Parts: sequence; structure tokens; C-alpha cells
Amino acid sequence: MTQPPDPTLLWTIIIGLAIGSFALRFAFIGLMGGRTMPVWLMRHLRYTAVAIIPALVAPLVVWPTPTGGTPSLPHLAVAAAVFALGYWTRNVLIAMGSGAVGFLLLFLLAG
Amino acid sequence: MAITTTKSAFWKGFRDGAPFLLVSGPFGLLFGVLAAEAGLIVPEAMIFSLSVFAGSAQFTALQLMQENTPVLIILISALAVNLRVAMYSASLTPYLGGAPLWQRACAAYLTVDQSYALSIVQFETHPQMTLSQRMAYFFGTNGCVAPGWMLATYIGALVGTQIPASWGLDFVLPLAFLAMIGPMLRTPAHVIACFAAVATALPATALPYNLGLIVAGLIGMMAGAQAELWLERRSIAKDPS
Repeated sequence: MTQPPDPTLLWTIIIGLAIGSFALRFAFIGLMGGRTMPVWLMRHLRYTAVAIIPALVAPLVVWPTPTGGTPSLPHLAVAAAVFALGYWTRNVLIAMGSGAVGFLLLFLLAG
Repeated sequence: MAITTTKSAFWKGFRDGAPFLLVSGPFGLLFGVLAAEAGLIVPEAMIFSLSVFAGSAQFTALQLMQENTPVLIILISALAVNLRVAMYSASLTPYLGGAPLWQRACAAYLTVDQSYALSIVQFETHPQMTLSQRMAYFFGTNGCVAPGWMLATYIGALVGTQIPASWGLDFVLPLAFLAMIGPMLRTPAHVIACFAAVATALPATALPYNLGLIVAGLIGMMAGAQAELWLERRSIAKDPS
């Protein structure tokens, strides 16, 4: 069990994210009306999620927390399998299910 | 069934949205569990889910908080993960933009993957729907998903503290994200953006304050945008019509 986070930090993040994510959604439907965004900006925005999420995940897979940051072949293999299943089936549910199975395998291997 | 009244539009949305409980349920549960693991108490986890209402942004913030990342970087990264909802909002504006301000504010709060995906298909295939029917349908799609998400967070936060650290639960979050990435890679440009981001992210972990995430994200976005431009030009050159 980790230490509870610093309350100031936690609430700054919760309030910041609540306001920020609402503003993101409201900016268009509430304020923009019919105006459109520049094409180049939309072109970049299309790739935010597929860039940020993999960038967040990659170090967590290569240096997994449960092993204390030591690269581990089982973790890498399970991660690759979950990604590949998601990519080929295009189905989040199947990918999530395979992730659960993969996690169980890792749990049994470690135990 | 044809949508004849505002009420039936709401229930049509409600029924269409119900299967998505299968996605938002486990996701909310997982958020609750990981929040408890990160040391959040139940009311904190609940307020987090209730006020932010954006799964992937919440997971990102949770992960970075445990890595002692500066507040500003956490906020930027989590909001960047959530930028796609801004695009959903932009894309729904032609259909819902004429509604009263309070309704638009509620709709903005409820704009998530599921409600967007269902509504945009419904609005495009049924152009005869009135504005109030569209709004009712949109709210209906959240009828199951939003309460389900809250309840799942609550249960997850309750049981989360019971789970020992030796289970290695930390690795569930990367796995959940990985499961989301595959289906998102719809075009070659998406794949290029993803791999450019990964290739940058690994060496960029050497940067202080987790700045590597932002740098890698920006490089991935630029790679995707450039790849899209290049692919467009190539298809025009191949097929001049």
C-alpha cells in the first residue's frame, strides 16, 4: 500500500481536471457555435490520444512497477499479446478480457 | 422503432447505451481499485469520478501522481489524453448547438466515447429528428453509463484497500491502456503516430519532471499529422480525378 497523496496536490488535480475537461467539452458546443477550427490544428488533435497514451504506457511496460523497474520478459509478452489482440480484433472488450487473463498469468507466475 | 416523441427518443438512447455498461462498469471498478491502491479514500475517488467524468484522463493523472510528477505536467498530460472529447464536442455542435445553454452545458459534461459514438451515428442516419429529440437521445445514451460508472467507482474504491500490493496490480493500468490503443489505430497515420510516440518516450524518460511524456506526445502528434498529409498527397497523385 502506498502513502496517501498530499491533499493539496490531490485536490489541485481533481479541481483542475474537472474544470479543464469540462472546458474542453464546453468550448465547442457551448461557445464556438458553428465556427470551425483550423485544419492543421484538427489534423494534430486527431492524433493526441494515439500519441499520449502509448507514450505513457511504453515506459510502464519496459520498466514494470511490480518488478521494481527491472525489465521482465513475462510482462513484456503479456503486454504485447494484449496490444496485438486489440489491434487485430478491433474490440476493446476482447482486448480487456485478454488483459485480465494475462494479469492472472503474471500473478500465478509471480506467486 | 421510429422516434416520434422526445420521451421515446430518450428511451431509444437509453436502450442503445445499455450494452456499454460492459465497458464502463469494469473501467469504473478498475479506477476505484487503483485509486484506493494509490491511497485515495472512498469520497475522494467518488468526487474524482463524478467531477472529472473522463476515464482515461483520470487513469493518467492517477499514474503520474504516483510518479511524483509536477502538478502542471499532470494536468497537461491528463487533459491531452482527453482532447478527443473536445473533438467529439466540435462534431456534435451542428446537431445540438441550437439547444438552450443549460442543456448544452449538461451535454458537454456528458460527452464521452460512448455517448458520442452512439449519437453521431443516430443523428447522421436520422436527419429528420428535431433538436429536442436529439438532445433527449443524447441524454438517454448516458442513462446507464453515467450511473454505472459512479457505482462501479464506489465498489472499486471500497474493495481496493483489501487487495495486497503483492498482487502486482500496478500492471493492470498499462494493460487497460494497451487494450484501448489497438482499436484506436484505424489508419496508417495512427500507427505511425503511436510508434513515433513510443520510440521517443523510452529515451525521453531521462528528462526531468516526466516532461518526456509531453515531448513524446507532441512528436507522435506531429508524426501522425505529417503521415496523414503525405498519404493524402500520394492518393491524389495516384488517382487524379
